[in-house]
Amino acid sequence: MNMRLDTVYETGEGLASSDQIDALFAKVSQRHDARRRLVSVVLRGSVYAGAALTAVVLAFLVGYILIKGVPYLTPSLFEWKYNSTNVSLMPALINTVLMALVSLLLAVPFGVGSAIYLVEYAKRGSKFVQLVRTTTETLQGIPSIIYGLFGLLFFVTALGWGLSLFSGACTLAIMILPVVMRTSEEALLAVPDSYREGGFGLGAGRLRTVFRCVLPSAIPGILGGVILGLGRIVGEVAALLFTAGTIAQIPNFGASGLMALFDSARTLAVHMYVLASEGLYINQTYATAVVLLALVVLLNLAATFAAKKMNKGHKDD
Amino acid sequence: MTNATLTKAAPTTESLTTASPMKAKAKEIDYKPDVKKSARASSSLGADSNKPVTVKMGVYDLDLYYKDFQALNKINLEFPENQVTALIGPSGCGKSTLLKSLNRMNDLIEGCRIEGEITLDGADARKTIDVNSLRRRVGMVFQQPNPFPMSVYDNIAFGPRTHGIKSRSDLDEVVERSLRDAAIWDELKDRLKKNALGLSGGQQQRLCIARALAVRPEVLLMDEATSALDPISTAKIEELVGELKTRYTVIMVTHNMLQALRVSDKTAFFLLGEMVETGVTDDIFTNPQDSRTADYVAGRFG
Repeated sequence: MNMRLDTVYETGEGLASSDQIDALFAKVSQRHDARRRLVSVVLRGSVYAGAALTAVVLAFLVGYILIKGVPYLTPSLFEWKYNSTNVSLMPALINTVLMALVSLLLAVPFGVGSAIYLVEYAKRGSKFVQLVRTTTETLQGIPSIIYGLFGLLFFVTALGWGLSLFSGACTLAIMILPVVMRTSEEALLAVPDSYREGGFGLGAGRLRTVFRCVLPSAIPGILGGVILGLGRIVGEVAALLFTAGTIAQIPNFGASGLMALFDSARTLAVHMYVLASEGLYINQTYATAVVLLALVVLLNLAATFAAKKMNKGHKDD
Repeated sequence: MTNATLTKAAPTTESLTTASPMKAKAKEIDYKPDVKKSARASSSLGADSNKPVTVKMGVYDLDLYYKDFQALNKINLEFPENQVTALIGPSGCGKSTLLKSLNRMNDLIEGCRIEGEITLDGADARKTIDVNSLRRRVGMVFQQPNPFPMSVYDNIAFGPRTHGIKSRSDLDEVVERSLRDAAIWDELKDRLKKNALGLSGGQQQRLCIARALAVRPEVLLMDEATSALDPISTAKIEELVGELKTRYTVIMVTHNMLQALRVSDKTAFFLLGEMVETGVTDDIFTNPQDSRTADYVAGRFG
């Protein structure tokens, strides 16, 4: 006890005195203040400039596409059947929505499921978790054409699914799985442990605690991952050229039921690529870009709405 | 997990808030068939100094290790039924660790190992009682209020739903009863649908107490439950604890020695993973047997 008191009141010999330190501050502060003001102005300016530049680039891009494309949004562009004179984007539009839907249906349950396993069930910081994390990070960085090549060799050829919507969707699902998984994992890790303690403390099992206490707070973060994945699906060309082909028709569910998923299907991005590389319908390509832009906005809104709905359902029942 | 059965309340099981009539039909909701009848009957009696004290929970020769570090060393301590027991001691002395062992929250910590015995109503809490049912019977209130990010109503209803109460009318009863027992019904009755995160810290903490009471625990563990609160909220919770002990066995960890003195019947003093001294609260504060206890309660260190 006495030891403690001695330590607290021990005098520091050889240290600068309080007066000396005051003098030091007086000497330095004036010069320093002026410099600090200058630095502050410069930094603030560059932050504003950065933000403004980003906004301008985005506005220019969107504006350019709209100006070039909107005048060519003619009814013929939305005709049900594609032919080489109307260059209709309708089949591609429907295929894009289908492709996004099927890919997400495949990727989201697996992605979120494995994230839940890694964060809530696996031993935190174990070798296995580290390994999975490193692997997914690596997979995230692989160019999409390699996924396409894999899809071509595995789904199209080895499994014999041919160039089809389903082969494409499976390939894209594998491609976005790491994104969905990593963002879900981050979202779950960000949920405070106090929610888990609260759940366990009331006698809830792990499953109930995870799904009722933890997951609802993580949904916005998970949704961020889903939207990122959605963006990659809608914008993907390279992987789909190898796996889904370029035939511009809507899968004929009426005639062949779910087997229609094994028809070749051209998405909007692929459609744009084909039109642009043919070079005959550049204006229509811009019009297609306008539709693609609108579709992305629409899909994001839908995803946000769905997440809100899910959260509400949780709050109400 | 269990079936909800509604039974007419016997006079002795009338809860503490009979002064404020709840609804015309005073119903008692009882859904713990796994509790022995005798234990149930005695737990509903008030703390009576003439009544022989029964041991609700006990800790015997308890050693606890975090990996290689021994956090608790041969702890022997009994928690009497319908009393408030305070665990005091400087930071890092193991009192919170002991508290978390009582409802096995330490199981969640990697590398935590326990030797010795913990009993609830004489039964081995770690071997013979299922962990989820143990945590229902031994509720916990944490240092930081931790309401779930959902409505006030859903916060309270979470526990009962977990344990099998589904009907809306039953849930309504449990929610109102729990909020009344936690002395926060009047403040929250018009805000049941509001998100609980919008409440003040003191309200959140009493909500958490109500949430713990909603699963009808027998023991309530409070881990420095007032340390994050202002003095007025603290006073409200201390008053509440005084009322709760007529129905529950309360075990609280506190850094505030005056709080221990005001609220508790029994006090145990911990230092460096050992229990130095335990006894009736007044004795510990006025006539401690060990010099370390004397130094601590006099505020000479800690």
